[in-house]
Amino acid sequence: MNNVPTLDDFGHDPLWITIIKAVAIFVFLMLGVLFGVWSERKLISRMQHRYGPNRAGKFGLLQSVADGLKMGLKEDIMPRTVDKVIYFLAPVILAVPAFLAFSVVPFGPMVSMFGHKTPLQLTDLPVAVLLVLATASIGVYGIVLAGWGSRSPYAMLGGLRSAAQVVSYEIAMGLSFVAVFLQAGTLSTSEIVSAQAQGGTWDVFGLSIPMPSWYVFSLLPSFAIYAVTMLGETNRVPFDLPEGEGELVGGFFTEYSSSLKFAIFMLAEYVNVFTVSAMAITLFFGGWRAPWPISLWDGANAGWWPMLWFFLKLAIVFACFVWIRATLPRVRYDQLMAFGWKVLIPVNLAWIMIAATFKAMRMPDTTRGVVLAIGAVILIGAFAIWLRFDTVNQRRREARAAQIEAEFEQLREEPTAGGFPVPPLDLPHYHGVVPEQARRHADAKEVTSGSN
Amino acid sequence: MQLYVPILVLAVLAAGFAVFSVSIAPFTGPKRWNRAKLDAYECGIEPTPQPVGGGRFPLKYMITAMLFIVFDIEIIFLYPWAVAFDKLGLFGLVEMVLFIVTVLVAYAYVWRRRGLDWD
Repeated sequence: MNNVPTLDDFGHDPLWITIIKAVAIFVFLMLGVLFGVWSERKLISRMQHRYGPNRAGKFGLLQSVADGLKMGLKEDIMPRTVDKVIYFLAPVILAVPAFLAFSVVPFGPMVSMFGHKTPLQLTDLPVAVLLVLATASIGVYGIVLAGWGSRSPYAMLGGLRSAAQVVSYEIAMGLSFVAVFLQAGTLSTSEIVSAQAQGGTWDVFGLSIPMPSWYVFSLLPSFAIYAVTMLGETNRVPFDLPEGEGELVGGFFTEYSSSLKFAIFMLAEYVNVFTVSAMAITLFFGGWRAPWPISLWDGANAGWWPMLWFFLKLAIVFACFVWIRATLPRVRYDQLMAFGWKVLIPVNLAWIMIAATFKAMRMPDTTRGVVLAIGAVILIGAFAIWLRFDTVNQRRREARAAQIEAEFEQLREEPTAGGFPVPPLDLPHYHGVVPEQARRHADAKEVTSGSN
Repeated sequence: MQLYVPILVLAVLAAGFAVFSVSIAPFTGPKRWNRAKLDAYECGIEPTPQPVGGGRFPLKYMITAMLFIVFDIEIIFLYPWAVAFDKLGLFGLVEMVLFIVTVLVAYAYVWRRRGLDWD
């Protein structure tokens, strides 16, 4: 298996190969965004019984190119009030880290590129996944600064909301990686992929059952949490509150009207979607390794083929993003924050401890009794805490509801509610019958609202 | 250090593209002056005057940011522990249980003081 790269295989490329790889990743992401936007619009329109873009090019394939050109030819409006430096820098600060995260995504094994043996991955670090998280964190600066520098209420609120949401979900995202590191024993992306090559066996009742090697099976709770944070982190439906059109116009890029600056924001958003999808594939879906029926073929995980499996997996994950967008409505902001802080984080911590306990039990030199006792203490403690908080919150909710009800009761009795005149709410509303007519014909039928 | 050079190459490429797009934007489009266009967009009404040097924003966001820093650092402690778990063995498990219990005390306090509620 000398074609599977390890950390020692990185850092030996001559500069020109590095540049070729970097340009290839850049071009891949640009084309990916162009056709990703097209395929999203096409897919979502088919889900909604529409045709979607079908004018520019065959099947509307050039729609995004046309949109990009149009954006370039629009007037670039810079409002008087903006902070000019920050206004210019914000799209750059958002876009650059989005691209950077892709430098550690493994596309395939060792290949021969113009006579050089090199891994199909730009670079790998002992702390590669940490780099991805770091770039995601820097991207938040772009969002905050875009909202802050615009000096407009909509942009400001959109930026703040977006930043609060992204940082909240980043904690859950970071925690969902821990179980993967626990299993793989490394933070390097290429080694996490190789760790998913072989599934262990599960010895039970004298049978040895082969376990699936992808972490999505063995660490399903981690993946479930990651899948939710993926949507929260990239501000996609159902967590696209920063762009809630009904209330915030455009969110943090309200003041970046139709020009290339806006195009950069779009680009960064879609590159971020690709980044989180690529991380999902790398950490949970076996990276570039072929899925089960194909992996029976010996050549499936060698040479340039893995790139194809990687792209197919990426396309499937991206299609799931679109599917979710077509299916789910937007959640409320307090629900979003409560879910991130009160559900995802404690569940995640409990799951990490359970996974660690399982791992400790499989270690050869540990006494199972001690490990089991620790596990029991964790479980009982977590349950007790949950129970306590649940009853506390229930009592608080009931008290608040009772208080609101009491206030309403008081308002109903007063003729003026807190100084404001209240129209009598129990009068009939006349619809269709003019009041004069009703007075002349005493037996005219009264039409009240609600009846036709 | 050799491992980080490719990241720099990609960064230069991405930054070059982004800076080029942002700085070329004012020159590719037309220029038609209009006072309303240069105001902050507020659905057509006169824009709210914004204080110089940024306005105020709800304290809630700052609390969220501070909680984020606290819990983010906790995650960073979990990473080396997860990677070195095989070497630490049972000792690592016990230590991490103690650490997470300590963090949970802070977490429970924040929850109880309604630091996690949003209204």
